[in-house]
Amino acid sequence: MAILEVIDLHKSFGKTEVLKGISFSMEPGQVLSIIGSSGSGKTTLLRCINFLETADRGKILLDGDVLFDADGEKLTAAERRALQPKIGLVFQQFNLFPQYNVLDNVTLAVKLRAKKEKNAASRKAMNAEIEEKAIALLNKMGLGDKLKNYPCELSGGQQQRVSIARAMALEPKILFFDEPTSALDPELTGEILKVIRALAAEHMTMVIVTHEMNFAKEVSDHIVFMDKGVIAEAGPAAELFDNPQTERLRSFLSNYN
Amino acid sequence: MYSFSEVNLKLLDGFKVTLDLFALTLIFGLILGLIISFGSMSRFKPLSFVTKVFIWIIRGTPLMLQILVVFYAPGLVFGKPNLFSNAPIMLRDERFMAALFTFVINYSCYFSEIFRGGIQSIPVGQHEAGQVLGLSKTQTFFRVILLQVVKRIVPPMSNEIITLIKDTSLVRVIMVVEIIKVAEKFTAKGMIWPLFYTGLFYLVACGIMTLLFGLIEKKLSYFKA
Repeated sequence: MAILEVIDLHKSFGKTEVLKGISFSMEPGQVLSIIGSSGSGKTTLLRCINFLETADRGKILLDGDVLFDADGEKLTAAERRALQPKIGLVFQQFNLFPQYNVLDNVTLAVKLRAKKEKNAASRKAMNAEIEEKAIALLNKMGLGDKLKNYPCELSGGQQQRVSIARAMALEPKILFFDEPTSALDPELTGEILKVIRALAAEHMTMVIVTHEMNFAKEVSDHIVFMDKGVIAEAGPAAELFDNPQTERLRSFLSNYN
Repeated sequence: MYSFSEVNLKLLDGFKVTLDLFALTLIFGLILGLIISFGSMSRFKPLSFVTKVFIWIIRGTPLMLQILVVFYAPGLVFGKPNLFSNAPIMLRDERFMAALFTFVINYSCYFSEIFRGGIQSIPVGQHEAGQVLGLSKTQTFFRVILLQVVKRIVPPMSNEIITLIKDTSLVRVIMVVEIIKVAEKFTAKGMIWPLFYTGLFYLVACGIMTLLFGLIEKKLSYFKA
């Protein structure tokens, strides 16, 4: 069964139609990369799925939950908040919280969720457990020695790894990346690639919007190529890169070689 | 005449009034200022419009005029001596209360604009990060945004608050006996030096505030925002 299903999604900003009927689905454990030139609607698509924008038409389903249905009832703010942790998002600009150290960045949201627990003793135990998990996660990201550092003391690649850990801490069913390496120096993209590859090995379901073709080719099972608000071509990564079917994708890829 | 220590004691009495007005205006003004800043940023157009007009009126007219209006207008309009004659005992110093009321309204408008500038300068990505992590808007504001705002507004706030200390001297137009009013009584009796001497009190108070703000700035320098 598909874990994520997007059906005929439309979105306009004023008179500009950015998404003109996007449909795709993906299986659990898959890594899907969305490629395409700037303005093709990749980021908007991601933002619609993550509740940062509201689509105009269409349907989004995640593992049995309706995230968006233009014809159905609108989700309340509380319903959206309940669904939000199932979907992780890693931003291009990291958006770490500058006043919190690495560990607190990762645990803040998880602790706030656990706070509903009334009993002080069990809350304390819970917080300890949350921290333990977060430290394990950060160790895996190679940040075990940076727990008490503040974001401003880290390199871009380290900050992005913290933000991946922060998203993973909520144990999402699916993790989205919005151009995770675009704000980084080229030599730092390798760090992020390594982390994503490690997550893929653990069968984390991931959707990555990226401009890095080598990155997309190496890490993803499936590719969606977007052009002017529609999916122009989609398919398994190897096939799509080695044997593009459409003229649009051919000319797009030729810019990268 | 009066001895140096006698003058000092009298001036200190006046200075206590100055500091009371300052501290109370600061506390209530900051709270009200934050509320007004939300009004002026509201996406509900009528509310933000009314708030902005209100801020325009308050910032566009002299504080001294506002003090006079608040103190005298209720009596002239409603035939009552003032707003606070029915208030509980401790609030019954109507002159001080009128002054405090005016100062809180006036300064909260200036504070609100500083808050607005600070809040709007925080990148939208901080709000979005809060949202995608499942934080409510309130949690995002208090856990994520507020401290970053505080860090950014320390310099303009310190300006405004230092101005406030000195603006308190305006209340003597409605006979609130703050430090300069006390000094003027000495002047009437032929002693001019206490009037000049009050400057020292203001200097010390402003010096302490400057140090305090420097401390806050240093305390918040551990992160960049």
